[in-house]
Amino acid sequence: MIEVRNLRKQFGDIVAIDDICFTVEPGEVCAFLGPNGAGKTTTMRILTGFIAATSGTVRVAGFDVFESPMEVKRRVGYLPETPPLYPEMTVLEYLAFVAAIKGVPRREIKAAIDVAVEKVTLGEVSGRLIANLSKGYRQRVGLAHAIIHNPPVLILDEPTVGLDPKQIIEIRELIKGLAGEHTIILSTHILPEATAVCQKVVIVNHGKVVAVDTPEGLSAQVRQSETLSVRVRRIESVASEKIQAIGGTLVLQEASPKEGEGRFLVEVGRGIDLREALAKTIVEEGWGLLEMKPMALSLEEVFLQLTTEEKGGAVHELPSPELSLSGSVS
Amino acid sequence: MKNIWTLAFKELRIYFTSPIVYVVAMVFLAVSDYLFVVPIYRYASMFSQITRFRGGGELPEINLHEAVFRPAYLSMGVVLLLMIPCLTMRLLAEEKKGKTLELLLTSPIRLSEIVLGKFLGACLVYAFLLLLTLHQPLVLMGVTTVAWKLLLTSYLGLLLMGGLLIAWGLFASALTENQIIAAVTSFGLLIGFWLIGAMAQSTGETATDSVLHYLSVTEHLDNFIKGLIDTRDITYFVSMILLGLFLTHRVLESHRWKSL
Repeated sequence: MIEVRNLRKQFGDIVAIDDICFTVEPGEVCAFLGPNGAGKTTTMRILTGFIAATSGTVRVAGFDVFESPMEVKRRVGYLPETPPLYPEMTVLEYLAFVAAIKGVPRREIKAAIDVAVEKVTLGEVSGRLIANLSKGYRQRVGLAHAIIHNPPVLILDEPTVGLDPKQIIEIRELIKGLAGEHTIILSTHILPEATAVCQKVVIVNHGKVVAVDTPEGLSAQVRQSETLSVRVRRIESVASEKIQAIGGTLVLQEASPKEGEGRFLVEVGRGIDLREALAKTIVEEGWGLLEMKPMALSLEEVFLQLTTEEKGGAVHELPSPELSLSGSVS
Repeated sequence: MKNIWTLAFKELRIYFTSPIVYVVAMVFLAVSDYLFVVPIYRYASMFSQITRFRGGGELPEINLHEAVFRPAYLSMGVVLLLMIPCLTMRLLAEEKKGKTLELLLTSPIRLSEIVLGKFLGACLVYAFLLLLTLHQPLVLMGVTTVAWKLLLTSYLGLLLMGGLLIAWGLFASALTENQIIAAVTSFGLLIGFWLIGAMAQSTGETATDSVLHYLSVTEHLDNFIKGLIDTRDITYFVSMILLGLFLTHRVLESHRWKSL
């Protein structure tokens, strides 16, 4: 559905993106992931025909963006980072205008608006001026404007940025709901978003594609070892030699404010299940086992690893406790 | 063509739902009515002086159009130089600032349609302003005969001049995302069109003189007000409008090649 080959864009001497290649299959939801300034927005703007690339080709729904921009624009719904809204218009007036310039036939405009308003649940604010809408509702109007001409391809640039957590979940649900009928590319620098809604992740950094895979595949790809997180009553007595003796490595040890109680991490080679032996040791040593759970490497860590390795070949450090806690569900 | 009207109506909607048109219309009408009343008083006093001098008898022939409408419309032209930038400054600068240009440029519409739609929208608002000034001849019609055909050519001239000012105001608006900069730039450009005429009068009878004369807006407008429809004047206005629109198109096209 979307085919990007050797895409390059230079602004003067600055290379914004360099040799970007990826494809998105029909019906797929693809996350475009990268830190700020990685070239996500530039790539999306080229995909939509807003700016021209320096070199490389983009084909959307079988049409080349440079050769037949009109055909591509008819088939793409694009939500830029700032939704392009006219504050002086009401939601319905705005959607009618967008439908008209997107080429929806006059007789079908009303039906198209009804469908879009229904899909993003804008019913109760549809008569209000856009200037008076909250950020969450504006984002929804932005989504409605992107789907109004029922395009096969949706390109969403950071659709959840600046929203509160409840709104973020709502918008994600909306995107999931759209996933069946549309091929979607969404850019984000928030990782759980990619795991939550996407089948494919393209990680970009410094204008280059660093990795393309499924979210699960990515974490498997970089996982060299597994980590067990253990919480015990008396952390001071934990001895790394005891753990080494059963085949693990004590990698982190931290005490909580509560007297003596704390947590430590044990790294184990891949495919070895150390839980039973570890539990036995802890009980025998009388450290007071409170909790033990395996930690899967979250996408966040994968992302950090990939984007930092790219920079200076730095070896992946162990995730900090905050990061790992947020990503350790399994 | 359908897209041009869609865009023009969008502009109209924004003009009339925001206070812009009402404020501009109020100021424009107040100033142009004042500039209309002044020659009427002059005309009236001249008339009474002549009748007193002649001591009654047959009334003298004074051309009402020449004495009242011509000076009034020429000064209305100057007022327009100041009013039009207030209408045009938002046309593209606002779209850039509000990021809505991204919507227009990623929609299946041509750049030329965007430019023409904006131009047409502003022209319709301007035509509405001119329509409001029609009360001036209507008032005079009650007390004397008005030369309607001359008024018709005058309004045609004013329409064409407005089109020129709008096209160049649109160009100024395409250059920036700041409306104040757009307004000041168009003030400069439009007053330039007017000053060229004054410059021509101060130089001698040379080739540059005739070029400057040709470029001056007021010369061409005056011909229309005098009731003269000359293809040279029409050519002047139409070609200047097209040049302004073409430059606007080029500026917008250049955005595709750089970041906004």
